Amino acid sequence: MSPDHSGRLPAAYLVPGSSSFADFARDHAPDVLTARRAAGAGAAEAAAHAPHGTTIVAAVFDGGVVMAGDRRATAGNLIAQRDIEKVFPADEHSCVGIAGTAGLAIEMVRLFQVELEHYEKIEGALLSFEGKANRLSAMIRGNLALAMQGLAVVPVFAGLDLAAGRGRIFSYDVTGGRYEEQHHHSVGSGSVFARGALKKLWRPGLDAAGAVRVAVEALWDAADDDSATGGPDLARRIWPVVAVVGAEGYRRVGDEELEAVVEAVVAGRRGDPGGTGAARAAGGERA
Amino acid sequence: MSTPFYVSPEQLMKDKADYARKGIARGRAVVVLACSGGIVFASENPSRALHKISEIYDRVAFAAVGKYNEFENLRVGGVRYADLRGYSYDRSDVTARGLANVYAQTLGAIFTTESKPYEVELVVAEVGATAAGDQIYRLTYDGSVADEHGFVAMGGSAEQIGAKLAEDWREGLDLPEALRRAVAALGLPAAAEAAGAGLRAIAADQLEVAVLDRARPRRAFRRLAGPVLEAALAG
Repeated sequence: MSPDHSGRLPAAYLVPGSSSFADFARDHAPDVLTARRAAGAGAAEAAAHAPHGTTIVAAVFDGGVVMAGDRRATAGNLIAQRDIEKVFPADEHSCVGIAGTAGLAIEMVRLFQVELEHYEKIEGALLSFEGKANRLSAMIRGNLALAMQGLAVVPVFAGLDLAAGRGRIFSYDVTGGRYEEQHHHSVGSGSVFARGALKKLWRPGLDAAGAVRVAVEALWDAADDDSATGGPDLARRIWPVVAVVGAEGYRRVGDEELEAVVEAVVAGRRGDPGGTGAARAAGGERA
Repeated sequence: MSTPFYVSPEQLMKDKADYARKGIARGRAVVVLACSGGIVFASENPSRALHKISEIYDRVAFAAVGKYNEFENLRVGGVRYADLRGYSYDRSDVTARGLANVYAQTLGAIFTTESKPYEVELVVAEVGATAAGDQIYRLTYDGSVADEHGFVAMGGSAEQIGAKLAEDWREGLDLPEALRRAVAALGLPAAAEAAGAGLRAIAADQLEVAVLDRARPRRAFRRLAGPVLEAALAG
């Protein structure tokens, strides 16, 4: 990866052309890209023991998008980590959340972040929102061999499309297929339950705070029925990672702000575990 | 077949150096100033697309004068070097010093081995946590590096601009003040003549200005243009 033995930049560095960091690294320093390594015979074995990230939810609001992830990583029946972070800024106006094999997924996010910044620096312009979504798609496709052996990475990509002026969400499958989602989406082991909650709670015209509340409610429902999704940990004061992407850019919701939201959700569920009060409130405000 | 004339190595190097210096002196100047809020870069450059000042990494920026295609190649090489290094180690392991070394080796090798030297002069600057941690490296066409303190002027009439900055610059200038002094130096009669125009104050839309802002959390580089720049210049 370093300059050649004379200390000067190798000729390939000075060749104009590619604005893609991943392409450049693949051609000139392939050893730094883990995802490109061939899957070994033990990959299936590793899949059973490597930590897995679980549930991510994303919801659009007027002028942006909210993404939230629980904090649990599991390895088989054990909790591998209680405070893992699975929602990351991709760049100033987008974020990415990951479910699947945590080690590979976090590495993929790191590469994706560098990829977007690299393009921005070399071209002096931002990639279009679709352009960003497509780059992520290509990276997931590069991981297909490992995914086939159980080491899958399934991200969800969301952000503010500056050209269209609205929040957008893209989901992916393991082959790199990308699909635009309307209104809201969830991935990971608890996503079935989170999606049900999102359907009932999300409504058009939400503001950022309302969307944060809906995301935390949906994560609660996921944790309620999926053992691999962690609920808010009141004893350790570990809250979900919640990101808001609006016109002023990516912002991670602070712990104090989030604590208030979590406590309101917990209070609402006391004696009403299904959260019918939250659903009624959502319906009531619409009427 | 006739034998080529003998040219002494001294003469060869001198000719190359003269050639490079002439090329650099033809272009418009870039000035770099350290101030309390960070590091200011300014140049007279009406183009919005062909930049002389660019971001390399979180705390590192690049400024160049001379032939555009040559310094653009070096800039792209620097971004690739920095991103690859930051990706394989850690973001904090990318430093201006490391990058300046690589540029020095690259320019030095090109100067000695290729028949045409690069007609460029570069500054690689890194903003530190405090003003004492700021680093400004100036690199010339032959690969020599100078660790500069406070300010740098390079390109056309760099000497006159440098002399004016030597009078005007002092430690602890705030950001708008440093910017105003930088622009005043660029507007010197000698500099204006080199830029192909008479004596005048340079309008904001003729300036390319960027700062490495110490207060910004990660990516410190930010361009100033339009109303923000006009407000800063008006003070």
